[in-house]
Amino acid sequence: MSGTATNDGFVVFDRVQKSYDGENLVVKDLNLSIGKGEFLTMLGPSGSGKTTCLMMLAGFETATHGDILLDGKPINNISPHKRGIGMVFQNYALFPHMTIAENLSFPLEVRKMGKSEREERVQRALDLVQMGEFGGRRPAQLSGGQQQRVALTRALVFEPDLVLMDEPLGALDKQLRETMQFEIKRIADDLGITVVYVTHDQTEALTMSDRVAVFEDGRIQQLAPPDELYEAPQNSFVAQFIGENNTLEGVVKEIKDGVALVQLDDGSLIDAKPVNVDKAGDRTQVSIRPERVEFDMSRLNPGSHTLKAEVLEFIYMGDIFRTRLRVAGNDNFIVKTRNAPDQVRLKPGTTVEIGWQAEDCRALDA
Amino acid sequence: MSDTTNNGPVLAADGTPLKKSLRRALRMQKMRALALIAPLLIFVLVTFVAPIADMLFRSVENDIVSDTLPLTVEELAKWDPNSTEAPDEAVFKALAVDFKAAVAEKAHTRLGSRLNYEMTGLSSLFRKTGRKAKKFDLETGTDFKTQFEDIDKDWVDPEVWQTIHTYSPTLTSGYFLNAIDMQKSPDGPEMRPENQQIYLKLFWRTLVMSVMITCSCILLGYPVAWILANLPPRTANMLMILVLLPFWTSLLVRTSAWKVMLQQQGVINETLVWLGIVGTDDRLALINNQTGTIIAMTHILLPFMILPLYSVMATIPQTYLRAAKSMGATNWTAFWRVYFPQSVPGIGAGSILVFILAIGYYITPEIVGGTSGTFISNRIAYHISSSLNWGLGAALGAILLAAVMMLYYAYDKIVGIDNVKLGG
Amino acid sequence: MKLTKTLLASTALTVAAGMSFADGHMANEMTIVSWGGAYSASQQNAYHTPYSENTGTKIINDESSAEAVSKLRAMKEAGNVTWDVVDVVAADALRLCDEGLAMEIDADTMLADAPDGTKASEDFGDLLVGDCFIPQIVYSTTVGYRTDLVGDTAPTDICALFDTETYPGKRALEKRPINNMEWALLCDGVAKGEVYDVLETEEGQQKALDKLATIKDDVIWWSAGADTPQLLADGEVVMGSTYNGRLFALIEEQKQPVAMLWDAQVFDLDGWIIPAGLPDDRKARALDYIMFATDTQRLADQAKYISYGPARKSSAPLVGQHAELGIDMAPHMPTDPENAKNTFLYNYEFWADYRDDIDAKFQAWLVQ
Repeated sequence: MSGTATNDGFVVFDRVQKSYDGENLVVKDLNLSIGKGEFLTMLGPSGSGKTTCLMMLAGFETATHGDILLDGKPINNISPHKRGIGMVFQNYALFPHMTIAENLSFPLEVRKMGKSEREERVQRALDLVQMGEFGGRRPAQLSGGQQQRVALTRALVFEPDLVLMDEPLGALDKQLRETMQFEIKRIADDLGITVVYVTHDQTEALTMSDRVAVFEDGRIQQLAPPDELYEAPQNSFVAQFIGENNTLEGVVKEIKDGVALVQLDDGSLIDAKPVNVDKAGDRTQVSIRPERVEFDMSRLNPGSHTLKAEVLEFIYMGDIFRTRLRVAGNDNFIVKTRNAPDQVRLKPGTTVEIGWQAEDCRALDA
Repeated sequence: MSDTTNNGPVLAADGTPLKKSLRRALRMQKMRALALIAPLLIFVLVTFVAPIADMLFRSVENDIVSDTLPLTVEELAKWDPNSTEAPDEAVFKALAVDFKAAVAEKAHTRLGSRLNYEMTGLSSLFRKTGRKAKKFDLETGTDFKTQFEDIDKDWVDPEVWQTIHTYSPTLTSGYFLNAIDMQKSPDGPEMRPENQQIYLKLFWRTLVMSVMITCSCILLGYPVAWILANLPPRTANMLMILVLLPFWTSLLVRTSAWKVMLQQQGVINETLVWLGIVGTDDRLALINNQTGTIIAMTHILLPFMILPLYSVMATIPQTYLRAAKSMGATNWTAFWRVYFPQSVPGIGAGSILVFILAIGYYITPEIVGGTSGTFISNRIAYHISSSLNWGLGAALGAILLAAVMMLYYAYDKIVGIDNVKLGG
Repeated sequence: MKLTKTLLASTALTVAAGMSFADGHMANEMTIVSWGGAYSASQQNAYHTPYSENTGTKIINDESSAEAVSKLRAMKEAGNVTWDVVDVVAADALRLCDEGLAMEIDADTMLADAPDGTKASEDFGDLLVGDCFIPQIVYSTTVGYRTDLVGDTAPTDICALFDTETYPGKRALEKRPINNMEWALLCDGVAKGEVYDVLETEEGQQKALDKLATIKDDVIWWSAGADTPQLLADGEVVMGSTYNGRLFALIEEQKQPVAMLWDAQVFDLDGWIIPAGLPDDRKARALDYIMFATDTQRLADQAKYISYGPARKSSAPLVGQHAELGIDMAPHMPTDPENAKNTFLYNYEFWADYRDDIDAKFQAWLVQ
């Protein structure tokens, strides 16, 4: 459900399809336009086709059908080394037999750059990532984070306009990953380069991207900025894939004034915002974020429907409380509340009343 | 802590020096480890180290002369080997005593064979003398010199005595000298006559041809290993069986195949003649020469190149090539600058294997090598199984062993032995 | 490493002998070593099978004759000789005898007399070479040629080998000096009786090598007995030296367009030795077998299966027809008077002395 591709983007996928075996499509009718200087992330579970798209863009896979355009020119028949696209690989792919400086110098060397200029550029690039002293070392002598920095630098040192990154932070530990996320974002913004970034980590996608394309089953399910993706998922796959989410199933009773009245399977009624249901009688999955559930009914609009819920579990998590409830037959209904002085700590076994603003609860496809 | 200020040895909890108790703890571990490898260690010692030591010893061992003719050797020590006269009666008297004892043990013909390696004719001289030695009267007999001279006038030839004299010590450098085309003479070691020089030439040829075989194995094996390493594992395993196929065919089958293929009326020549590439009168000589040896040995040894190459290449991820290309390298540059250097350890391992195997091969060169394609090992085999000159064979083998070890050492110095990988 | 393999094996044998308890010999078994192939088959038919039937002795065949000398030496060093009777050529028998590896044989007491009472020593005559050798067959190393490749005038004498004008093409010769040096001298004008006298001298040896040098580029050197017949059958060579039995098989059994020369063929002997130092029971059994297998009838029987001549004079009249082809074998024997008009007698004593020396020179010459 991506927007129709316009051919004025810096990178354009125009009705691209890919099949490896001639029977199954790994990428189905992909249309995508990426603007110059944009940081776009392809997010999706493994096997969703995101990496294949990246490899087609890099030139290591050929599209079975459709065109890929770079700066307005079709690149389907241009071999990878002539595309001038920088790339960062999952395991960095630093050449183990070369020193760090030689690694960085390689793309300049194959471009026939003079030796002195090469050395100067390499040194500047190393300084940029605070690794000026490591030029003489081998990749194996560096830590994962340092290797990551070098790999990034190597992809940038020949000043490409477009840089592709294939899960570049996958091998790092959590803390380092967070630091690197900001660093990559900073460098990308500073240099004004276009980045296409592939990951299966939604936090990473939300933190870094200008826009995120959520892939599933060879299609883009939703292409949107991070906040929109989180707060207004277009379908139940996106809603579940991005962030934590409670779902309840039911049937639309009526739609009136932009609010859908949904009868859940246990008979209780709730209010929801109709997203992709359009008439009474449609089956629907309603989706509500854990932090948007209210215990204080006074904060709801008058006439809002509420539900009875049984407290099953209370977990103290420091900054937040996490409460597990049984709601309309769903034992896994999670509510997150801020750890504020006036916040009630619910006891397991008690019954409470919950509700929400109709616009926070989205009625999606069943 | 007081330890840092105390100059004495650091002590363990029970008061023994820490180093000592550490040593004790480690010794137990070592003993246990040793017990585990003991069977292999004994096996290697018994079946490998001992025979090689035995071989090295045979190349200098020469106690047969002093064992068979003890009295003669003792008497002969007084004789001047540069003299133009045969030794005096005392030596012949001793010789008569020794001979009689030797004939009783039938040891004289063995000695004859041994000395015949050094001087032609001694074999029959000893055999002939042995038949008549029974008649020697050691109690009352006189003028043994004349008696020996009557048996064969060679006994008064000083050259015979020089040979016995030169080879009377229990250790000799004669075999080694022989193995490098030299010989002992009364004036010290000297080169053999031109028409008997062969071993240095063969050593050199063996080295050169082994290098050529190694190179052709690299040239042919590298692309194959490349393809195998880049195929899905299932297909690669299937094709690997084809690579290993030569191991499963008997040498005789392969030999016949080579002959059918390579001889002048063989498949290759017939095809070339049929295609009009070569005339029927100048068919290519592909067998019974160096070409034949190189073709056949390359065929045999190719798996030893492909296997290490494959196992090294299989560990080189494709992403390196992709990374190189993404940085603007052409296919060739990416291969040559990025992939090839990483596959060098495989080439190193394969080359060492192939070269060392090639240098010691003898069956194949014997069958397809004619005269120009035979190796030093063919002469070693000849001396071991045919001429029974085991001392010379051992000396040749020892030199070959030393050459291999020197090359190995040189390889270590130049390329580094850590730079050899047999796999992941 | 291959190079030390033989040495390793020999020493490993020493060790193995020290460790093994089993002797390997069952009560009534003997191991007979021979050359394998058609030759072993002829012995199986003529000797082994009837002997086993008569005595119940089980005979184990070992095809190691080509390496018999070195293996026997290794066995002796290991102190565990596992062979009972060994088939070797006369030159090897002589060497084994010199090395003390074969037991001495007294022909008259240990071998059977002829049916007419002639003593064995007289029946074998001067074929009893050395002290340890029991002759079995007479064979010839001779030259076979392709009848379709020699043109109109078929070769009649040995010097066709050196006549590349009349008979162009490759020749197969054995990769050793023996026979080749003699033929070279004969064809260089040396009288038959003087060949070995000439070959004793440096000049004579050089003369022979010089003569061989005239055809060096045309020679394929063989080392296995099967090589020349194969080369002839494939048309790779126009002529080549090999054993007369091999040529018989090629001509009469495989019907190849090949004929053989009976000129200056080198007479050689093949026979038995008994390893020295066998335990008494095995020695007695070996001697009993030898007594049986070298009697007049048995030697004549072998000629039914292979075209080698029996070593006893008394066997000659008993030679019959080939067991399968049904042709008379007598005319194919190297001992047949028709074939033996111009033979060359191998001088064992000479080669025992000069083998190492001339071989060194010959091999050096080959490598040049």
